[in-house]
Amino acid sequence: MTTEENKKTSTNSGSQEGFVYLPLIAGWLVPGGGHFLLRKWGRGALLAAAILGMFVLGLAMQGKVYANAHDILDILGLAGDLGNGLPYVISRMLGLGDVQVMVTTADYGTRFIVVAGLLNIIAAVDAHNLRTGRKS
Amino acid sequence: MGNAIFQPSHFTAVLLFALFASTVFGITQRQTPRNMLRYGLYCFVLFVAAAIALSWLMYFIAQ
Repeated sequence: MTTEENKKTSTNSGSQEGFVYLPLIAGWLVPGGGHFLLRKWGRGALLAAAILGMFVLGLAMQGKVYANAHDILDILGLAGDLGNGLPYVISRMLGLGDVQVMVTTADYGTRFIVVAGLLNIIAAVDAHNLRTGRKS
Repeated sequence: MGNAIFQPSHFTAVLLFALFASTVFGITQRQTPRNMLRYGLYCFVLFVAAAIALSWLMYFIAQ
């Protein structure tokens, strides 16, 4: 009986083999990537559309992409921005969000970019929970 | 250099923010598609309602 249960357990975990943190890391680097890795195509596509949409609209509103931190608010902004993963790196490489524009929409854009990063972290943790079986 | 490609009104920005955030909240905080949709709609309505209520509050404070 115990042997059969062990066999069942090993068969079930067969599809879950591999590095357990891979969906978390993939989800952080590419919005929705963790869900794509777990073959949750619909959820992944919606998450990618929401997070990338927010990030791109933030840039289109001339939002600032934090590059360095001079005070505590900048540190928090940078932490939020880093949550975007590769889109953050690409925008830095292309020099997007470098110019700080003192208009209201640019301020909204900065917040959109930070919140996109925070939402991406939530999505990546959700992918990790799916991977570990904490969520179905 | 100072012209943004996209310049939404305050309310449009609120609607976009609420749409994106509630999409992520709905998917990540609930298990079934039906509950995801319901929770997403609930979050969206709360975001927009809170923004409108706070806007009126600030309007009356400014009087």
